[in-house]
Amino acid sequence: MISDATRSAVAELMKHFPEKRGALLPALHLIQRELGHVATETAVEVAELFELHPVQVLEVVRFYNLIYDAPQAQHHVTVCTNLSCSLRGARRLLRQLEAHLGVVAGTATPDGRIHLGHEECLGACAGAPMMRVDERYHEDLDVETAKSILDALE
Amino acid sequence: MRNAPFVTNYLSEHLADDAYATLDGYQRADGYAAARKAVRELSPDEVIEQIELSGLTGRGGAGFSTGRKWSFMPRDERPALLVCNADESEPGSFKDRLLLERAPHKILEGILIAAWATRAQKTFVYVRGEYAAAAAAVERAVAEAYEGGLLGDDIMGSGFRHEIVVVRGAGAYICGEETGLLESLEGKKGQPRKKPPYPAERGAFGLPTTVNNVETFAHVPHIIANGVAWFRSFGTEQSPGTTLFGVSGQVLRPGLFELPLGTRLDEIVFEHAGGVPEGRKVKGVIPGGVSMPILPAGQLDVRMANEFLHERHTRLGTGGVIVMDDTTCMVRVASVISYFFRDESCGQCTQCREGTGFINKLVDRIERGAGEERDIGILLDVAGSMEGQTICAFSDAAAWPIQALLRHFRSDFEAHLGTETCPFPASFES
Repeated sequence: MISDATRSAVAELMKHFPEKRGALLPALHLIQRELGHVATETAVEVAELFELHPVQVLEVVRFYNLIYDAPQAQHHVTVCTNLSCSLRGARRLLRQLEAHLGVVAGTATPDGRIHLGHEECLGACAGAPMMRVDERYHEDLDVETAKSILDALE
Repeated sequence: MRNAPFVTNYLSEHLADDAYATLDGYQRADGYAAARKAVRELSPDEVIEQIELSGLTGRGGAGFSTGRKWSFMPRDERPALLVCNADESEPGSFKDRLLLERAPHKILEGILIAAWATRAQKTFVYVRGEYAAAAAAVERAVAEAYEGGLLGDDIMGSGFRHEIVVVRGAGAYICGEETGLLESLEGKKGQPRKKPPYPAERGAFGLPTTVNNVETFAHVPHIIANGVAWFRSFGTEQSPGTTLFGVSGQVLRPGLFELPLGTRLDEIVFEHAGGVPEGRKVKGVIPGGVSMPILPAGQLDVRMANEFLHERHTRLGTGGVIVMDDTTCMVRVASVISYFFRDESCGQCTQCREGTGFINKLVDRIERGAGEERDIGILLDVAGSMEGQTICAFSDAAAWPIQALLRHFRSDFEAHLGTETCPFPASFES
């Protein structure tokens, strides 16, 4: 259930747009912050708030990579593997982190602590190789530094 | 004048100063003087005229005249909107992120001047979802600007009112395409729209809308403060001003370099970014983000402005320069690039949805050694069929790099036919 506090924050967001549907993506960010992901039942609640058909909310949830429709690991770690980073060893780094965590990229550790993935350019090309841990960027990485950043996560 | 003519880094000169991201720090460096001048001394049409005469072109990739874009805004009773496209996601580009994080007030000042010129009442700053620090910096700056009377109902006592709303994207490359962004702003999937109607006629929420890139806004206060002649003293006749070249890949000093448009590519790669590691040579350079066709080492004498890059069948794009040295396997480069386009195609148009997947599979087949001679021809055929056939330019942007890699490095592809071992053993890992 979306809390009353979040509901009133969403109502506040709607005021900033010429049509309230414009607040959908900002609202999904807020709701995800509260609930961790946007489940189908949540999407139905959101649809009511926005006077939309649930499909109109679900298709948005599924279109955007950063809105999740299922429960997530505690931490999201993504290594950028686009060209600039790959040229500076990003794919080797990703393989080493896979081995370190014992997971294949695109999956989470069995304890649900870390989801390891790759990303298509995070806009930190001069700091390659780099990774994003939750909302933070870590640039100019070597494998030891990257491992210790992951080990320090709760 | 705050910038003497010899200052060639007007966009980036304060980026190292933490205080520049704050209202105090920005104002200490004469920040908001240009916006004050615009709203107090210039009519909206005079501002548009100045920007058009300055020759400023959009820095987001398309390179269209900013002043002309502003002049397309209709004068009807509908409220006008402005959008700052901060959805930077062209691989190899990172200039907008640094501007947003380090100089958010400069962007806001550019927005204010553009809003005055286009009579817009509201601006949406659409920040890429992954750019958390940049979004936070802009949100802080917007709050400071409201407190300081630089946004709101009576800006600088002029009676002009303007509101800025920061919106965070959620991870979709295609939302950097301006009509995809408008769809996303409306709370929909970010699938690009057919044009016409253009955003000036029907943009976000059916309202007249101007969309400009972050760096484009950053140039505006400097032009208003220092004048057209000053701006035109940088760059070339057709491409005036400086730009932020982001250099990445196999160079000794990757980074952001503000240089006049028209600077030679070899100067950027060797003098500014330090060239490739000792004992290696440059093999190829992508001049403006992975969508732009690659140039081989023999063509680095080109000047970095669209009028010169056109002659070499490429474009300036976002100015994201990616350097590859002679260890690099260009089939692997094609694999990385084609995977990206396959992953990010929004799926709306058949040529793009099917073509991007087909190209990626074929390139990977060639890389694995399972390719045949005729596959190279098929790659070119498929790429050709993706150009000019779709709603937006994404499909063209997916075709161009493959065509250029085959134009300049066909022998790398041929060397991969029928062999599992990469002919470039020292190339970056797959």
